[in-house]
Amino acid sequence: MGGFLHRHRGLTPYLLLAPGVLWLGIFFLVPLGFLGYESLQSGLFPDFQFTWEFSNFSNGIRDYHEQLVRSFVYAGIATVACLVLAYPLVYWIAFRAGPWRNLFLLVIVAPFFVTYLVRTLAWLNILADEGPVVGLLRDVHVLAPDGRLLATTFAVVSGITYNFFPFMALPIYVSLEQIDPRLLEAAKDLYASSAQSFLRVTLPLSAPGIVAGTLLTFIPAAGDFINAALLGTPSQAMIGNVIQAKFLVSLDYPSAASLSFILMATILVLLLVYARVVGTEKLTG
Amino acid sequence: MTDSRMTRVELLRRGAAGATVLSLPALLAACGGGGGGGSSGELNDVLNFSNWELYIDTKKPTTLQQFTKKTGIKVNYYEDVNSNPEYFAKVQGRLARGEGIGRDIFVSTDNDRFVGEYVDNGWVQKLDKSLIPNISNLVDAQLHPPFDPDRAYSLPWLSGMDGIAWNSDLTGPVTSVDQLFTDPNLKGKVTVWNSIGDTLGLVLLQNGDDPAKVTDAAFDRAIAKVQKAVDSSQIRRFTGNDYAQPLANGDLAACMAWSGDVAQLIADNPKLHWAIPEQGGTIWTDNMFIPLGGSVPTASTYMNFVYDPQIAAQIAVGTSYISSVKGVKPYAVKLDPKSAANPLIFPDDNTLSQLHQIDTAMLSNPEYIKKWLAVQGQ
Repeated sequence: MGGFLHRHRGLTPYLLLAPGVLWLGIFFLVPLGFLGYESLQSGLFPDFQFTWEFSNFSNGIRDYHEQLVRSFVYAGIATVACLVLAYPLVYWIAFRAGPWRNLFLLVIVAPFFVTYLVRTLAWLNILADEGPVVGLLRDVHVLAPDGRLLATTFAVVSGITYNFFPFMALPIYVSLEQIDPRLLEAAKDLYASSAQSFLRVTLPLSAPGIVAGTLLTFIPAAGDFINAALLGTPSQAMIGNVIQAKFLVSLDYPSAASLSFILMATILVLLLVYARVVGTEKLTG
Repeated sequence: MTDSRMTRVELLRRGAAGATVLSLPALLAACGGGGGGGSSGELNDVLNFSNWELYIDTKKPTTLQQFTKKTGIKVNYYEDVNSNPEYFAKVQGRLARGEGIGRDIFVSTDNDRFVGEYVDNGWVQKLDKSLIPNISNLVDAQLHPPFDPDRAYSLPWLSGMDGIAWNSDLTGPVTSVDQLFTDPNLKGKVTVWNSIGDTLGLVLLQNGDDPAKVTDAAFDRAIAKVQKAVDSSQIRRFTGNDYAQPLANGDLAACMAWSGDVAQLIADNPKLHWAIPEQGGTIWTDNMFIPLGGSVPTASTYMNFVYDPQIAAQIAVGTSYISSVKGVKPYAVKLDPKSAANPLIFPDDNTLSQLHQIDTAMLSNPEYIKKWLAVQGQ
């Protein structure tokens, strides 16, 4: 083997790539191909025929644009909320927490030791109508006496924000943590105010973390259905709920597959626009 | 072992033994017999059984232990049915290719379309009734279900009733679907099921329509009634069985609820109540099926065992759901007089006469399903 590799040195990179490529091929591309094939079928379960049924796509957009738009709006709000909440927190952990850094990071990650579903179900108790949070908000007149948090848009967006928070926090932390403190000293030496040194040194250097964080949050959040299913009402249904119901309840696999593709394509387009706006070098760090 | 060096053969053998010990029974089952629990014609010494969670007795000696003691057949009991659609989605691909699913028995509920799909597509095997003499204990009402008119493929596991539950801290008795949908006192504190048969069954009865034979007009009337209650924000959510906690918490004042869930809840919560609506309720049944690749003799032997009234009584008392086996009650009285007296577990004839079955054609009608999902915002 060693002799073989020695003689064909040019092959080494390909051999190193092979496991990853095979993995992606088998578990991503092949299923994606099946999904694409399914999305162009027509008929009723279980007798689907492949008929290049492109109308699945136009019908999907016509019937479910509302849920599609709603998904991106919710995912967008949740992503911004994650960023606004996460940035100051991890900034503080990276620059001020000193020896307690790892402990605080652990606290951010700790909820992830519990499954996603259980974490979301926990919010049913936290936000319960007769629970302490709603009780307090009613007492201070933020909520009307018969007001509620559960089964509202607020609950769904909050649930998404909560569930994807670490995906935003950790990449930003990593990029902040890597900033050379001497750069900040240099900024100070050059008479930059704290605001200036933040805006012109820290923020640009943490941009790759922000970009990575927004992508890691926005993409899965747009396809999420658990939060809308458990914390929302029919008026908060997201595209993930529609796809889930098409696959499982109506057994309409072609529609479900085409909606999955529409979701994927929309995310891809938004991603390209985003990359264009922020610059691709930030995507790769 | 005298020699400290291991031979290669030994190493392999040990490795294999280790793997056998470590691997899950599921893996073994999946590997053996073309993916089935064994070949269909032979009696095996292992039965692979898929059921819902918390849906069998647990007091020792459990009925599963008694079965193993009596027949020598070990049971791998999987609580892996979380919802009828999800289980169907998981197994349909393999069944469609004529492959087994590593199970000898699974259960599916007749308030969903899937019982019909399994039978009509030939994905389940005929029972060997010569091995099930106790089939004579099947109650008359369950002899001819629409999806399997001669009970050639299925036998009931347990049943439950569809009705309305309420929390008496927050409301008086809720005795009709109309009250549930319009009482201003309940506004925003009501849920209904996300399954078409259960919810619309009760709504159809409220409208004076027959849930066992649904016409287009009757269906549209029922959908319109639910839509109105959604639009007025009376209905808060569509649920699976996740209504139990919010009802006990007081987030819900009243909801559509399954008798068995509430029978268990009421034990700790005297403020919870359940009733069949004045216009009538519906009954649903979980059915045992033998999938392709499953061992018919092994599964049939087990079915015969659970159709012994003494065993059936232990299962009904242990789960708070209704048995379809004749003559369970005297045994239940001996096991647990309190459960035996509970009309939610052992309904009397008067209760049973208020219960209707659901039209299976409604459950699989694609137009109906589309309208039903649209009401849920999907």
